[in-house]
Amino acid sequence: MIRISDIDFRYPSGEFYLSIPSLSITAGEKVAVIGPSGSGKTTLLNLVAGILTPGKGSVSIGNVEISSQHDRARRDFRITNIGFIFQDFGLLDYLDVQDNILHPYRITGALNLSSDVRERAHILAEQMGIADKLNRHPTDLSHGERQRVAICRALLPGPKLILADEATGNLDPKNKVHILELLFENVDRHNATLLAVTHDQELLPHFDNVVNFNEFLQTETL
Amino acid sequence: MDSLYLAWCYLNYNKVRTFILIGCITIIAALPLALEILLNESEHQLVLRAESSPLLIGAKGSALDLVMNSLYFSDEVPETITMAAAEQVMDSDLAAPIPLYIRFKARDFPIVGTSLDYFDFRKIELTQGGMFTVIGQCVIGAEVAIKLNLVPGDFIVSSPETLFNLAGVYPLKMKITGVLAPTHSADDLAVFVDIMTTWVIQGLGHGHKDVTKTTDSSVILKREKGNVTANTKLMQYTEITEDNIDSFHLHGDQTDFPLTAVLAVPYDEKSGIILQGRYLEKETPYQIVRPKEVINTLMANIFKIRNVLDAVIMLVGTATLLALVLVFSLSLRLREREIDVIFKLGCSRATIARLLGAEIFIIVLISGTVCAGLLALVLQYDQMLVRNLFI
Repeated sequence: MIRISDIDFRYPSGEFYLSIPSLSITAGEKVAVIGPSGSGKTTLLNLVAGILTPGKGSVSIGNVEISSQHDRARRDFRITNIGFIFQDFGLLDYLDVQDNILHPYRITGALNLSSDVRERAHILAEQMGIADKLNRHPTDLSHGERQRVAICRALLPGPKLILADEATGNLDPKNKVHILELLFENVDRHNATLLAVTHDQELLPHFDNVVNFNEFLQTETL
Repeated sequence: MDSLYLAWCYLNYNKVRTFILIGCITIIAALPLALEILLNESEHQLVLRAESSPLLIGAKGSALDLVMNSLYFSDEVPETITMAAAEQVMDSDLAAPIPLYIRFKARDFPIVGTSLDYFDFRKIELTQGGMFTVIGQCVIGAEVAIKLNLVPGDFIVSSPETLFNLAGVYPLKMKITGVLAPTHSADDLAVFVDIMTTWVIQGLGHGHKDVTKTTDSSVILKREKGNVTANTKLMQYTEITEDNIDSFHLHGDQTDFPLTAVLAVPYDEKSGIILQGRYLEKETPYQIVRPKEVINTLMANIFKIRNVLDAVIMLVGTATLLALVLVFSLSLRLREREIDVIFKLGCSRATIARLLGAEIFIIVLISGTVCAGLLALVLQYDQMLVRNLFI
């Protein structure tokens, strides 16, 4: 599913350098990415998502080499094939839950907001247990509920890859496991692949595989 | 893409910020335009009226007060002259005099004491009823009739000049005989009476019971050889009716009775110039003015003030716009995280700019609509506003 070959990446400021010789993740796999702060975990997600492009090497998702595509193609690929889940949920307070879930459809022409999509959003919200909160705003919800909304938003376009950047980082221990189980359940239901950055060692047994930035990759802070 | 929908959601969620932005933009846009409309209308009204009034004779003093009072019935009452001034014009055979005595009010509307010639000169017609024929009757302007809901046959009472002067003149209850057609001038907001009626209001003429026939001894102070002196208990009539009109009389010589101005309508241009020349002598207690010249001087001063006002509005507008830009750029900083999220989801920078542009578009659209509504209201009521605010 994901194939990274011999990539080098350096931010324009030049303070951080990341080098990944090789990394492969198979379709349907749930992979945790761990490592100390500043080691490049979020950079890896951004490279995989095509938000950043490596100076050298290639990043491929399925048959598409995303790192060699133009901006627009990368964006369209991202919004249709990749779901993003953020630590701070990344919800928009001024939209209600329903509009937050449908948000990707409102910001790009690559997705078509049809009645079928609205129906699927409702089913997804039911599966995540937030169907009764569709008309509420994120500020009216608990942290756990907000993350469920964020997961619904990530899953709605039917992505093949879910990128989660410390998705459970803002949740209490009980909610962490529950949200992770919900996420896994839905990832399985959608036959998606999950690449999740986490600091939480307790959650690692739930994943199929773990990428440890300390052992596996070569990173360097200049 | 639903840029407008998302922008509307954002603006609707942040109602206070949105209202403040809309309010600021509306004020910046509407204020100078509304002021421009009102100033243009005031200029139009002032100039039109002044151009139609050839010569004005009044007491020496402020020519502007004289013109404003005589033409626009303003509250500033000039020094009075006497009826002799009108007769002097009549005797000159150079112009037709129209006496004006504009000092009193009835329910906040000026009472204009004049002669029937005034209506011919101004070409004012009646829409209801007839002209006043005897003292104590009046005709009212079109807007007075509307605002006070009065029709011929109703009454209107003159206001006492000072409420606390117990020895002062009693209000006069005047019968309305007619309503004038709208003229879109100061005439619409006035109550017209015969010049003698204003003298009655002032107390120079009055009506009361015939003291020679009264048997009430408490009213009589002294009775000798047909001369009867009554005290203040003698009731004066506050309304002139068919029954008591014969008892109304003026004390003294009418040529000494006051006027605020004489509107002189020259028979031809040459007569006007000759008449004007006669009032140039230093000894004369009168001044003669061409209202058009006085108003032109006033307009020149207003024009200077208007330029300063425009500059001030421009400065304030620029400062407010800069403040709005600052508010907007600060709000962008506060929304950096939101913009980052949208970008990561797959939104292009151009689409993000379009989303922000849609917010500005909606704010400007609403402000423009409110501004247009306000300006339409100003245009609708500009004549009334000008009369109430400027003239």
